[in-house]
Amino acid sequence: MSFSVTQPSTRQKWFAGVLVTGYALLTILPLLWIIATGFKSPSDAIAYPPKVVFEPTVEGYVNLFTTRTRMSPDALAELGPPQTWYDKIVRQYDMVISGPSRYGERFLNSVIIGFGSTFLSIFLGTLAAYGFSRFRVPLKDDLMFFILSTRMMPPIAVAIPIFLMFRQLGLSDTHLGMILLYTAVNLSLSVWLLKGFIDEIPVEYEEAALIDGYTRFQAFYKVVLPQAATGIASTAIFCLIFSWNEYAFAVLLTSGTAQTAPPFIPTIIGVGKDWPAVAAGATLFLVPVMVFTVLLRKHLLRGITFGAVRK
Amino acid sequence: MAEVRLSGLSKSFGSTVALEKVDLEVPDGSFVVLLGPTGAGKTTILRMVSGLDTPDEGTVTIGGQLMTGLTPAQRNVAMVFQQYSLYPHMNVRENLEFPLKSPLLRTPQSEIDRKVNEVAEILQISHKLDNKSTALSGGEMQRVSIGRALVRNPSVYLMDEPLSSLDAKLRADLRVELKSIQANSGATLIYVTHDQVEAMTMATHVGVLDNGKLVQFGTPRQIYEDPVSLYAASRLGQPRINVLPADLFANVPPKATSIGLRPEHILQGEGEESTVTRVEHLGDQTRLHLIFKNHDLITVTDAHTELQQGDTIKIKPDNPLYFDASGARLV
Repeated sequence: MSFSVTQPSTRQKWFAGVLVTGYALLTILPLLWIIATGFKSPSDAIAYPPKVVFEPTVEGYVNLFTTRTRMSPDALAELGPPQTWYDKIVRQYDMVISGPSRYGERFLNSVIIGFGSTFLSIFLGTLAAYGFSRFRVPLKDDLMFFILSTRMMPPIAVAIPIFLMFRQLGLSDTHLGMILLYTAVNLSLSVWLLKGFIDEIPVEYEEAALIDGYTRFQAFYKVVLPQAATGIASTAIFCLIFSWNEYAFAVLLTSGTAQTAPPFIPTIIGVGKDWPAVAAGATLFLVPVMVFTVLLRKHLLRGITFGAVRK
Repeated sequence: MAEVRLSGLSKSFGSTVALEKVDLEVPDGSFVVLLGPTGAGKTTILRMVSGLDTPDEGTVTIGGQLMTGLTPAQRNVAMVFQQYSLYPHMNVRENLEFPLKSPLLRTPQSEIDRKVNEVAEILQISHKLDNKSTALSGGEMQRVSIGRALVRNPSVYLMDEPLSSLDAKLRADLRVELKSIQANSGATLIYVTHDQVEAMTMATHVGVLDNGKLVQFGTPRQIYEDPVSLYAASRLGQPRINVLPADLFANVPPKATSIGLRPEHILQGEGEESTVTRVEHLGDQTRLHLIFKNHDLITVTDAHTELQQGDTIKIKPDNPLYFDASGARLV
């Protein structure tokens, strides 16, 4: 195939370079600032003009994972020398560690709810997409439209009915409740995306498997699923990113047992204006989605270009 | 191996009639070629036998057992598809092993290895066994696809134009190979094609399909020499049968409206005059394009003929086929 492409001029290249670099800086700067703030001391964090060069410390991370009590110098002296490196950091401020913070629990809640709802969205979405793609379903187009229509308003618009429903059903502040809620929100996206991917897999493969002596379900998981892996991976990333970052429902529906990290992180500020601890919490919170995305990166790249796949 | 019987098989897709009351008996161990143009219903018959589609009416019986309601797996049939349908996430060996590992067969690994190697040998793909199936040429893919059917020992093999995507030499080789595999194993095979050479060389029986109807069923020779209709007659023979208005000739049966002349029905050197418009030397034979009373004719003559464009040659029909106005054969 031949395209008539004119070589860009030096000036055009230069302009494009500036534009791309500018955009990259614009998106990455807040992220870098958060990561840097996590390693600043509280006074450096609120210094004006902002400090770009500073002495790094892990105070923020220590504060993130602990709760501390202020003590009088006399009482501190009675305690003897600090036992551990993190004790030592805290002592500078005339404080002692009184226990672990709730960050670990909240983070674990995020993992359970985020990955749980992603798994459920993908599991149900794949089955539904396969059904819609391969079988004659009565009112198929209407059903597909209905599924899509659940995303035609922002999910938070139905917050009040959901709040009341959850209270009635005893789902408020439970892992199950949050998993179900995020699955309900993600499912329409996952059904539509996955149906697109499964539509692209020729039906001949399954027919061959049926003739080779396999049942419909075996053909589905031995032949269709491996080929849909790309689509499943990219859909999973979209679902995870939504449920991982979701804030509004989490604030509204969780407060204790099932509270996820997003509503918890701002509460760290407390009275001490402890910005480094907040930044540390946000930094760690980025890690799982980044790891998940990097692991599935190969599939994601194939996934977002799936319309252009050579047949 | 088993015989296959179709009785009163009908199938419509919406308002399109794909098959209309097809009755067909495929004897045990026969090589049946279904012949017809695109849309004649050849593939639909295969899909009915395999169980991938269900007939609107009529039944399929394999080995005396009624197949109604049985899944493709339960029917124990092997099928080769028109487009190579290799599982892209498996390598060649895994593709060949796949049917043997099915819950239907559960073959022990030693037996799987033996069969896979044997079939790979026959199809000349032994050196490709560990290749990714997507890294094969079209011809290799199709051979693996055929191999996936051959590793099994099903009650009937179904093949849907398996050779149509291959180049000429490979097609000729595989034609011979398939025929000898079938003849040696005594397998029952239903084979769909629109290539008449495949039909003539491989078939023990040919079924001619026209718009969802089975118009004739018999040996290739029967269809060639004794076709029931103009349609069936024009399915086989190269060059194609020449069809001329019957009133061009004397001594024609009363109801005949057209006359069918195969090359062997045209006597050269006596009769009425025709003009040579083109001479095609094919090596082993020479094709003559003639104009006879303003009608085009193609016939075959001696390979070393001296005839040239513009020459005149006398021709005369010799025991030709006669057809009535509806295209039916007059005997």
